[in-house]
Amino acid sequence: MNIALVEYGAGNLPSVERALGRLGVESRRVSTPEALAGCDALILPGVGHFGALMRSLGERSLVEPLRDAVSQGKPLLGICLGLQAMFATSDEAPGDVGLALFPQKVSALPPADRLPHMGWNQLRRTRPSKLLEGVPEDAYFYFAHSYAALDAGDAGVAYCDHCAPFVAVLERENVFATQFHPEKSGPVGAQILSNFVRYAGGEK
Amino acid sequence: MSLARRIIPCLDTDGERVVKGVNFVNLRDAGDPAALAARYNIEGADELVVLDIAASRDHRPTFLETIRRVAAELAIPLTAGGGVANVDEGRAILRAGADKLTVNTAAIRNPSLLTELAAEFGSQAVVLAIDAKRVGDRWEAFVRGGSVPTGIDAVEWAHRGVDAGAGEILITSMDKDGTRSGFDCPLTAAISRAVSVPVIASGGADTPETFLEVFREGRADAALAASIFHDSIQGLGELKRYLGEQGIPVRQTA
Repeated sequence: MNIALVEYGAGNLPSVERALGRLGVESRRVSTPEALAGCDALILPGVGHFGALMRSLGERSLVEPLRDAVSQGKPLLGICLGLQAMFATSDEAPGDVGLALFPQKVSALPPADRLPHMGWNQLRRTRPSKLLEGVPEDAYFYFAHSYAALDAGDAGVAYCDHCAPFVAVLERENVFATQFHPEKSGPVGAQILSNFVRYAGGEK
Repeated sequence: MSLARRIIPCLDTDGERVVKGVNFVNLRDAGDPAALAARYNIEGADELVVLDIAASRDHRPTFLETIRRVAAELAIPLTAGGGVANVDEGRAILRAGADKLTVNTAAIRNPSLLTELAAEFGSQAVVLAIDAKRVGDRWEAFVRGGSVPTGIDAVEWAHRGVDAGAGEILITSMDKDGTRSGFDCPLTAAISRAVSVPVIASGGADTPETFLEVFREGRADAALAASIFHDSIQGLGELKRYLGEQGIPVRQTA
């Protein structure tokens, strides 16, 4: 199987690469529409700024190919900013358009507690989840963000509460995403990546 | 369900080897950074900090290689810094494998550096490190590894640093550093009250009770320590079990 890490000049790509490597999974970096089209499954890593990410994808002509890959049924995993990029818009970059796989928007978390939301937190599961299979209910995951999707309709399968309840894991058909960093979340994070790879490899 | 308090081992390096000292002086060798990183990753550290306390330009390539070696061992976040003076140096540290970078001396000289780094990498990647020492009835920020006083009030500087773009504060008590006499809870609490971002307390770590104090009285979001972990005086698992029993939310690991 051919797993592609979408490279757009920013992000946490090397740590995702290393985390996959520890699972014995080979991945390759793709930064062109042609290379992207040749892949079986995609991971969109991300740290930084919503507007900067979308501009980088735009400059590399990767926005439509990413949307096409999803509509062809290719598995896609978004991580942190990669989750946020799946939405239509974000408070972080008013005027910039996301991949719009989901019609909702990404919001600035209200300053009810310390921000950025930085560190290890637990999840509240609301629907069956493929990514969370085999992961203990009380597991902690590593978050580092100030923006979040407060609503993803039926695609929200697990939430986290910090300043406001927000989407921590979303799944819809072949689209998966986590607001936390599985590549930085120790053994339970490795389980999440392994679950994605297993799904991408054909297990349903 | 709530955000866990973090326990963060710190590797002070001369760029290449882990070193340690008391009150920022009398440095001696304490091991290989990658080997220690691998150990802490397994033992349940929530994050790792690696600092280049020599921070000389000549040694920078060596330190970047150290970051790469350390990052390769970790499935937890890594913060690195020491002498970062501009965006390009920050980028080099993040590209080498760090998730966050610390800035100290250069930010005091030029607070807009925090704004530039936050604009480039996001404020979640920018940690403002402050070395503070009690002077009369306040705390003063020191720079250049704690050797040069600035006349600047540490609490006020933390507040301004966050306004400028810092996403986290690492506050080191120079009075407590290396003494194993407990964290500086009044200093940490003063910083914590002054800012809206997470605060990491550093300097003075000793028994599990001293960690409990800095989370309760010091209002710290995270606590950092070096020698008690390097010398196996305190086990990470045992420490986190104790804190959990005391009602502090911590991430328990196997």
